[in-house]
Amino acid sequence: MTRLSRRKLIAAGVAAASGASGLAAARLADRYGLIPPDGDGIWGPGETLTYAAQRLLAPNSLAREFSRDQISKPPYANGRPPKDEAFLKHQAAGFADWRLTVDGMVARPSVFSLADLRKYPSRSQITHLACEEGWSFIAEWIGVPLSYVLDIVGISPQARYVVYFSIQPRWWDSLDMTDALHPQTFLTYGMNGADLPVPHGGPLRVRVPRQLGYKSVKFVTRLTVTDSVKGFGKGKGSFAAEHGYAWYNGI
Amino acid sequence: MLVAAMAEAACPASLAEVESARLVRPRHPAFVRATHWIAAFCFFALLLSGVEILISHPRFYWGETGNVLTPPLFTLPIPASRASVPTGYNFVLKDQNGWSRSLHFQSAWLLVFTGLFYGIAGLVTNHFRRNLLPAAGARSRRELIRSIGDHLRFARPAPSEAWSYNILQRLAYTAVVFGLVPLMIWTGLAMSPGFVAGFPFVVTVLGGQQSARTIHFIATVLLVGFLVVHVVMVWRAGFVSRMRAMITGKPDSQQPRSQEEAG
Repeated sequence: MTRLSRRKLIAAGVAAASGASGLAAARLADRYGLIPPDGDGIWGPGETLTYAAQRLLAPNSLAREFSRDQISKPPYANGRPPKDEAFLKHQAAGFADWRLTVDGMVARPSVFSLADLRKYPSRSQITHLACEEGWSFIAEWIGVPLSYVLDIVGISPQARYVVYFSIQPRWWDSLDMTDALHPQTFLTYGMNGADLPVPHGGPLRVRVPRQLGYKSVKFVTRLTVTDSVKGFGKGKGSFAAEHGYAWYNGI
Repeated sequence: MLVAAMAEAACPASLAEVESARLVRPRHPAFVRATHWIAAFCFFALLLSGVEILISHPRFYWGETGNVLTPPLFTLPIPASRASVPTGYNFVLKDQNGWSRSLHFQSAWLLVFTGLFYGIAGLVTNHFRRNLLPAAGARSRRELIRSIGDHLRFARPAPSEAWSYNILQRLAYTAVVFGLVPLMIWTGLAMSPGFVAGFPFVVTVLGGQQSARTIHFIATVLLVGFLVVHVVMVWRAGFVSRMRAMITGKPDSQQPRSQEEAG
């Protein structure tokens, strides 16, 4: 056997082995829910590797919490509050009629007012909010853990995602059950000891401290529990993912 | 592939063997050539996408937090791709963060796998000790000063140097491979909210997430500086010969094979 053909044989062997193990890994990842909804297309391998690595390495880790004197003063509010009439009417009424609808694969579809949510055990966390742009701040976030509300409505064992919608029609996103049931994932109604200000997403914001800021959708009005995000929008799991931003952004 | 690389890099015992080995042994082992070009491709992808991500907020901070309401450590005098950043320019660049972020992390993963393969192959074949870390005979201050002098005079390297790295090359490559690239990965992970939830010390030892971002940027500047010098030196030493050596493994068909470089 000449040197060249031996080398070709080795190269072909390595290529075949890596191809086969890549396929096997993809099948295994799919079975264990390690492929994100936007895990296809040219960026699929990178998105899947990041998501799978973090789910395998530290699925239930807690985001770092800070001391009260590390809270950023003043907290930086990004973006402009909604200007549409429906929102302004809610704002004028002090959000007394704001409702959170929870539906989908749940035993008891329900509608919650802010007063209902405030009656449940309140939790607070002093965590970092980092934007994909590069800036960040630390604030105290006050609310009810999303898992508490999911317990009340009784999610089906087949549930795999919680999809959440803002009053701003284009803003919607979804979480896998690991993040949806995570103790630091909040339905947030307070910040730094007061009501959650409108520029920060008040009256109600989903807070996901283990992911970048755009996952923490503001002005939330509806949660839908589902076994697949295929039926929502373009099936990529979030508005952001439809515009080229990763669905999983724990990076 | 690993087996082939090991066979190629096996250390020759005598000068006669060195001579005969040189007739077939490539200047750079196959695994070094392959990983060099994959890493070069990843570096350009990371640099391009990194610049795109950077221009959405060209301000740098120290500590845990930083935003347009807090004083920056330093600001780059460039326009931004987001209107919320005060830059002094009255226009906003096109926002390219979506695909830039995806390209950044996908090339980072490819670089990590390439680096793992390179690291294992380099250890197994003794490549690091033999070719990359400063050679035992060259570890003197006099040798270092002589090499710096050669570089400052822009002296063309002796033909024998086509078969081995000089002391400054070894120091520069070692600093990049074992210093700057691991630092880039470390500071990159320190910016990940999901990763530091599981491994908080990765960010706390740096003083905070914004410190990690600033170090990530400074290390990028150093890597770009290395790249510029690297390309200039390759060009000075003989672009065609050095490129051929890194692609095919053969520096030059007429290369005089000196006996001094006994590996």
